[in-house]
Amino acid sequence: MSSKVITPQSEHMNAQAMIKRERILRIIKHIILYSFLIIMAFFVIVPFYWMFLVSLKTSAELEAPIQSLFTAHPQWINYKNALSTTEFNYGRLLYNTIYVGVLSTIGSLITTILAAFAFARIKFKGSNLMFSLFMATMMIPGEMMTITNYKTVVADLKWGNTYTALIVPFIVSVFYIYLLRQTFKQIPDELYYAAKVDGTGDFKYLLKIMIPIAMPTIITITILKLMGSWNSYVWPNLVANKLEMRLITNGLRGAAFTDPETGRIAYNTQMAATVLVTVPLLLVFIFLRKYIMSGVSRSGIKG
Amino acid sequence: MEVKQSQWKAWLYLAPTIILMIVFTFYPLVNTFITAFKENYNYFSGEYSGIGLGNFEILFVRSDVNPDMNFINIYLKNTALIAVVSVPISIALALIIAVALNSIPKFQKVLQTIFFLPYVTNTIAIGMVFAVMFDDKSGLVNTLVQMFGGDPIKWLGSDLGTAPYVNSLAVLLIYIVWDALPFKILLFLSSLQGIDKQYYQAAQIDGTSKLRTFGRITVPLLSPQIVYLMITSFIGAFKEYNSVISIFDNARPYGYQQNTMATIVWYIYDSLKRVDGGVGRAAAGAVVLFVIIMIITAIQSQVSKRFVHY
Repeated sequence: MSSKVITPQSEHMNAQAMIKRERILRIIKHIILYSFLIIMAFFVIVPFYWMFLVSLKTSAELEAPIQSLFTAHPQWINYKNALSTTEFNYGRLLYNTIYVGVLSTIGSLITTILAAFAFARIKFKGSNLMFSLFMATMMIPGEMMTITNYKTVVADLKWGNTYTALIVPFIVSVFYIYLLRQTFKQIPDELYYAAKVDGTGDFKYLLKIMIPIAMPTIITITILKLMGSWNSYVWPNLVANKLEMRLITNGLRGAAFTDPETGRIAYNTQMAATVLVTVPLLLVFIFLRKYIMSGVSRSGIKG
Repeated sequence: MEVKQSQWKAWLYLAPTIILMIVFTFYPLVNTFITAFKENYNYFSGEYSGIGLGNFEILFVRSDVNPDMNFINIYLKNTALIAVVSVPISIALALIIAVALNSIPKFQKVLQTIFFLPYVTNTIAIGMVFAVMFDDKSGLVNTLVQMFGGDPIKWLGSDLGTAPYVNSLAVLLIYIVWDALPFKILLFLSSLQGIDKQYYQAAQIDGTSKLRTFGRITVPLLSPQIVYLMITSFIGAFKEYNSVISIFDNARPYGYQQNTMATIVWYIYDSLKRVDGGVGRAAAGAVVLFVIIMIITAIQSQVSKRFVHY
């Protein structure tokens, strides 16, 4: 940088000063970075904390204009109240959600694996056209389909308030077919030909070789699909709004949690129910963190 | 022989998917278009009064929900505001957080996990938490405002009165950004970790400042991800619905703000639930949404061709 002539001694001094300066700069940089990240992390966590805190407060505490940021006497009875709210039948909601989630995941996996295999391995006329047609549907807002599907399911097929209505219309996911096709395509052709020479049929090859190799993608699809059922709201709200058919999110949103005395929403009971809806997914996340995060980042990077 | 066999086999493998897609994707697409033009259409009896633009007229000119509300001044305005404000903020914030996460030596995994938490929570459930946090009378935010000596702010409306539009919009936007961050951070972070260290070493040797390195190396190298997120988040923002109903339905007993916060999809589902002719109006709304999304996609694919750097 500078063309100044420097003596060996001053060079030595310079180097030491530079190392020192470098170190101080690095410490300052880290302080700034960590403070920024901790502040942002704090904003991410606050809603969880507040949900939990409100779920443990008394109704009287919630009346105060200035809320305390802690509570000395946690009211676990709020959870009991939430669970005994007739509209929020937690056991039933859990059962419905898991039942619908598992069955629609199985259905999704079967159709996705078969379709992805056809697109990735079998050469047939119209393959490209068909695939492009599938992909094009991804750009169309789901509301276009929902409106007619609502009629098809409720008026034509008479599936209103059944599990079938919650499962069947969402079995096919073009995005998952695309994702798995990409994975299948990476499996070398040689394996396929070798299997052919050995007399292995297509289906056996799919089961014994392709599915095990593509397991990470299949696990990703399973996790995303199950999470989808846990979070789905709009469709179940349209076609299965009977109390005993609701999924967990509809159960939470649909229950009033009214305070019998004031007639307003009892926030503590409502937040206790919200904790009950949020925690299972968080627990699953803690146990399957690696799978979920790598799965989501993998599925996010398209093309 | 071989070819012929693989032909029908391929269709056999595709059969379940194709059958389901014909019933639940392709047929609905056509049918919803037709439905949009059926006036006073009753889904269950199949009767309608005529074919025409009546549903679009209701959408654009005179609303049946509220005579003062129409597509332009409520639904499109709210939706476009959500898209234009929340998308750039969430992308910029996610990028900065990801770069910061990528340059710290310790606790990266812990912080990364925390930042991912909103992704594994229920949009409706946490929306309800935001409604409680921003409650006009007993919320966390107004508690903090008062601790710092301010007067309580009307965020969502309560029996004390209606909240100003801007305040309610702010709550909605904060929630949407909060909800949108984790996926974007994760995507940026995994892309950052894939960037060749040589670029940064070269910049360091040249004595390039950090800010310049960020602007000249990191951002261009991440431009494919930025464009991808721009397109998908913009489209996502135009379909915003769950956040609106979770926050504003919760305040419904005092319910002043919900209708003015309505989005396009809100209009679609609100109409769908109305018995007489609602479905036609919902379909008209969906067709308009479809057209808007096609336009956005077309514009953005043109723009991305110009701005993606490699």
